[in-house]
Amino acid sequence: MTHQEITDKLSAAFGEDIIEAVVSYDMLTIIISAEKNLEVLLFLRDDKDLNFHFLTDLCGIHYPFNADNELGVVYHLHSMVANIRIRVKAFFPSKDPVIRSATGLWLSAGWMERETFDFYGILFENHPDLRRILNVDDMDYYPMLKQYPLEDGTREDKDDAMFGR
Amino acid sequence: MTDTDIKIKEAPAGYEGPGFFATTLDKAVGYARSHSIWPLPFATSCCGIEFMATMSPHYDLGRFGAERLSFSPRQADLLMVMGTIAKKMGPVLRHVYEQMAEPRWVLSMGACASSGGIFDTYSVLQGIDKIIPVDVYIPGCPPRPEQVIEGIMKIQDLIRSESLRRRSSPEYKQLMAGYGIE
Ligand code: SF4
Repeated sequence: MTHQEITDKLSAAFGEDIIEAVVSYDMLTIIISAEKNLEVLLFLRDDKDLNFHFLTDLCGIHYPFNADNELGVVYHLHSMVANIRIRVKAFFPSKDPVIRSATGLWLSAGWMERETFDFYGILFENHPDLRRILNVDDMDYYPMLKQYPLEDGTREDKDDAMFGR
Repeated sequence: MTDTDIKIKEAPAGYEGPGFFATTLDKAVGYARSHSIWPLPFATSCCGIEFMATMSPHYDLGRFGAERLSFSPRQADLLMVMGTIAKKMGPVLRHVYEQMAEPRWVLSMGACASSGGIFDTYSVLQGIDKIIPVDVYIPGCPPRPEQVIEGIMKIQDLIRSESLRRRSSPEYKQLMAGYGIE
């Protein structure tokens, strides 16, 4: 199965909701509209030829200058039968960071969505247990959002001049 | 090497005569304690590897009476924090410290434990002295085993010079209160 066949199959089934399909570093990346995320994923999983049964990874991404599409979720899928990996991305505005949870399709999405929530504040609708997983529970911000400086803001002992700031 | 090379630690100051030696209880106990430290290695990352070298025969921390590692905080005298402490690990470290019986000392090994080190970031505790009191800091990333041994020797100096029940001293109580530890 070639990348083109996968793209054609998806476009035939979802039309406008498949926004873009590019091949980068030999890996097919499909950008879909966030409203249709579960339908596309379900199709990829259950279609006889595609067979993307394995959700390898799920993570968030933040492009602060992509107006109205600042936040995204990336799904990495693996078809063990055809031995092909693809990426599926869905973007949505950061003022309304909500997307439906993929836990209904893959139970393994549970922890990965919690991690994505923990670091990006993305809210997964219908997630059974959406709370922080890696950071301290009382953290009151989402550290991977790009508006935060990398350094710990609570430090007083570092002389800025020594660190080129 | 001849047997005359064996070094014997000097006795604490006191009165010596034929067949007797007298010193204060403080000094005798401090002397004994300083050469029978049971360290608790709290090794969370790379610094712990350097500690393994320190324990091995080449450097041999056993020469300082500290070869018996204690993996229960209840039996340990010295908490050796070696490695990066994530903020999420902070409460665990504090819990371990609180479980140790008096007298207890804390050694912070390496840049990470002492100040967060290169991990100047949201998820790493910027120095363990934010949550527990520290007696001796060892600089370095990682410190060499010689430095760890020097750190232990500094701890020994502290132990020898401290009063028997340092926890009843007002300074110590104030220090503990500063950390909110009973
Ligand atoms: S101080 Fe350096 S060697 Fe030690 S734990 Fe930190 S990074 Fe590792």
